[in-house]
Amino acid sequence: MAEGKKTDIKLPDPSKLIVSSSPHLHNGSSVRKIMWLVILALMPSCIMGVYYFGFAAFRVLAVCVISSLIFEYIFARMMGRNNDWKDGSAIITGLLMGMLLSAGMPWWVCVIGCFIAIVFGKQVYGGIGFNPFNPACVGRIALIIAFPKMMTTWVPTRFMDKSFFVFDKSLLSPEKIEQIKGMSHLPFFHSVIDGVTCATPLGVVQTPFKLGTATEQLVGTVTDWQHVWQYAIGNIGGCIGETSAIALIIGGIFLIAMKVIKWYIPVSYIGTVAVFSTIVHFSMSPPALPGMVYQVLTGGLLIGAFFMATDMVTTPMTCKGGIIFGVGCGIITCVIRNWGGYPEGVMFSIVLMNALTPLIDRVTANRPFGKKQTSKTEA
Amino acid sequence: MPVTVRLFRGGVHPKEGKELSCSEPIRTAPLLDKYTVILHQHIGAPPKLLVKNKDKVRKGQVIAEKAGFVSASVHSPTSGTVKLVNCHGPAGSHTPAVEITSDGKDEWDDYVKSDPDWEQLDSNECRKRVEQAGIVGMGGAAFPTSVKLSPPADKKIDNLILNGAECEPFLTADHRLMLEEGEKILTGASILGRILGVDKISIGIENNKQDAIDKLRETASKYSVEVIPLRVMYPQGAEKQLIFAITGREVPSGGLPMDAGCVVQNVGTAAAVADAVRERKPLIERVTTVTGKPVCNPGNWKFRIGTPLSKVLELAGGIKKQPAKMLLGGPMMGMAQYSLEVTIMKNASGVLLLDEDEIAQFGSQPCIRCGRCVEACPMSLMPGTLSQMIESEKFDLAEYTNVMDCIECGSCAYVCPALRPLVQHMKRGKAEVIANRK
Ligand code: SF4
Ligand code: SF4
Repeated sequence: MAEGKKTDIKLPDPSKLIVSSSPHLHNGSSVRKIMWLVILALMPSCIMGVYYFGFAAFRVLAVCVISSLIFEYIFARMMGRNNDWKDGSAIITGLLMGMLLSAGMPWWVCVIGCFIAIVFGKQVYGGIGFNPFNPACVGRIALIIAFPKMMTTWVPTRFMDKSFFVFDKSLLSPEKIEQIKGMSHLPFFHSVIDGVTCATPLGVVQTPFKLGTATEQLVGTVTDWQHVWQYAIGNIGGCIGETSAIALIIGGIFLIAMKVIKWYIPVSYIGTVAVFSTIVHFSMSPPALPGMVYQVLTGGLLIGAFFMATDMVTTPMTCKGGIIFGVGCGIITCVIRNWGGYPEGVMFSIVLMNALTPLIDRVTANRPFGKKQTSKTEA
Repeated sequence: MPVTVRLFRGGVHPKEGKELSCSEPIRTAPLLDKYTVILHQHIGAPPKLLVKNKDKVRKGQVIAEKAGFVSASVHSPTSGTVKLVNCHGPAGSHTPAVEITSDGKDEWDDYVKSDPDWEQLDSNECRKRVEQAGIVGMGGAAFPTSVKLSPPADKKIDNLILNGAECEPFLTADHRLMLEEGEKILTGASILGRILGVDKISIGIENNKQDAIDKLRETASKYSVEVIPLRVMYPQGAEKQLIFAITGREVPSGGLPMDAGCVVQNVGTAAAVADAVRERKPLIERVTTVTGKPVCNPGNWKFRIGTPLSKVLELAGGIKKQPAKMLLGGPMMGMAQYSLEVTIMKNASGVLLLDEDEIAQFGSQPCIRCGRCVEACPMSLMPGTLSQMIESEKFDLAEYTNVMDCIECGSCAYVCPALRPLVQHMKRGKAEVIANRK
């Protein structure tokens, strides 16, 4: 054949061809992209937290994120995984840690919490992918145990006025009250006022219930529409990030829409709490516990259900497993809230279910295509 | 018109990339001076060499003969002189081959002539011709077709399924073949049906090839073949998934399609069967898609078996820029090549060049247990968990966790955000399990 005239045709240079196993395409997803989407989804709640609690909240969040990153950097490098800190997961842990603290938290408590979360919650197990428990939950639980007083003391939001008296738990020093009473709201850069604290809605209701002093009137007050609206927008006492229900739901829906998390864990978790609390509410007469709306909107349920119970590393992989996980979390949460020693049970329930995850994964493994249902046990 | 769209569990949907070549009619490659025909092109025993150096052979003459039940003969792609060589195989290692230097006459061997009475042949005679023609599965697996056509007596086959899914991205060879040689495919289908004694013949086509579906439907009823549109989802063309989508039957784990009463043949194979039975033509050429962004003129070509990749790419006008990968087959299951000496074999459905920015770059980040691989796996396995077991060399645990059911389709690795080389792990796991069984 006439070879000569084909010299202008370029052929590949074999020495530059890469040889590797199939498949040769990838859908472009990456751990880092997933992590940044989660960070983005947490932003509405963070912004609402800073809006309501002022600069103090920003300070807590910043301390947590920065210290988490530093700990992750140091400890991941110590373990020889030099690039781990870049994946963004430490930022999520830091953000969640901060969001689960009161805006009045001293900086050193934040740092200790993040240290425990990153080092004992994650790095000691081998870093991302190997931790059995949600790192932020571990950090938060450690702080509750180590600093029980501080962790159950909350500061009021900038916009609380007397009509929300139900939230003013301990008005310790009357001068301080006088000091804030004159203002319609606190300035953004207010310093946290000593001695002025406020309770979380859950604390206000669950504690009297456990003491047997709850009244129908109290339940009625905390569930009127005005209060419900405050819960929804986040003008309530509590952690920085768990207050605004609307912001959390927006973030959660965003993650579901971006296919970062699966709908079934949050839905089964929140659904279980809703059903459980409705049953408890109506089985009591007079109802001494508020019903479903209250239980879902207040406390750490939404942040837990959307952002912590959906942490991929520590939750089951299949749909069936996810639903079991969500229902389990829901039941444990309600039991702790209504009858346990703490007003809130979200963190404990998630950690407890994390521990069950390997087991759940085992029993809910898909039936391989072409295998008889029973052959797994036979084999 | 109601469209039945059927599906299996799991799967992924990569960018199709078929627009590069799907409207290019099949062109026949010109006669070359030299072909290098690899002897062991199929699954099973290598064939027995029948020629020696300097022998003169004619086009279609057997140069290596089927040796054993699972084996296939190999024929000369043109007339010319023989030289025994070792050449680059697609798996990277060197493998025995026969180099034929063309004498330019391209003369058929005497036995190759069309048989006007082919319709009278009984099923045994048909099967024999398929066997003599050296036909193997042309979709990729290269399993000798005659073996699939000789099921043991205790397996009742009641379904013949032609695979026109062509679910691999980029490939369009089967698509063009269905459009241009639909009649031949349907004839082949009815011959295969006759050999197997089945009356239910269907052809499954992904519904991104609506023109092929319409085209085949025009005449399919004449051959009593049912055309079934399938939803576009990779790996729709994997045997077990195709059988499930069309019949609702699951091939039992560790079993073969015949255990579900089915035989699956690629549409290209069916066309080759028609040639073999009607004209006694052996399998010496096939339609191959040459495509990819770096290729100057992507298209579909009829190449003789033994055409080196250098010629293949020359015919396609060469390259615009250096590709990062050169594949034989599709991007999901094809094999990466690093030599232009590698030649077109009977199962070469495509020659694909991929750009730097298209290729997957797997690392070995830890699994974040996101479950995406579990969702994507068409065999309902736990690829992430399995890969961790294999990484820590717990092969018996991996066997217990069903690694042997993996079809190496690549769906899991395609979706893994941690970029884990899951298929590589699966292949290693399977190899170790097989080694341990011995
Ligand atoms: S897709 Fe990758 S990261 Fe996700 S579970 Fe599977 S192996 Fe792990
Ligand atoms: S485990 Fe095997 S069968 Fe499942 S998706 Fe991965 S390659 Fe395909």
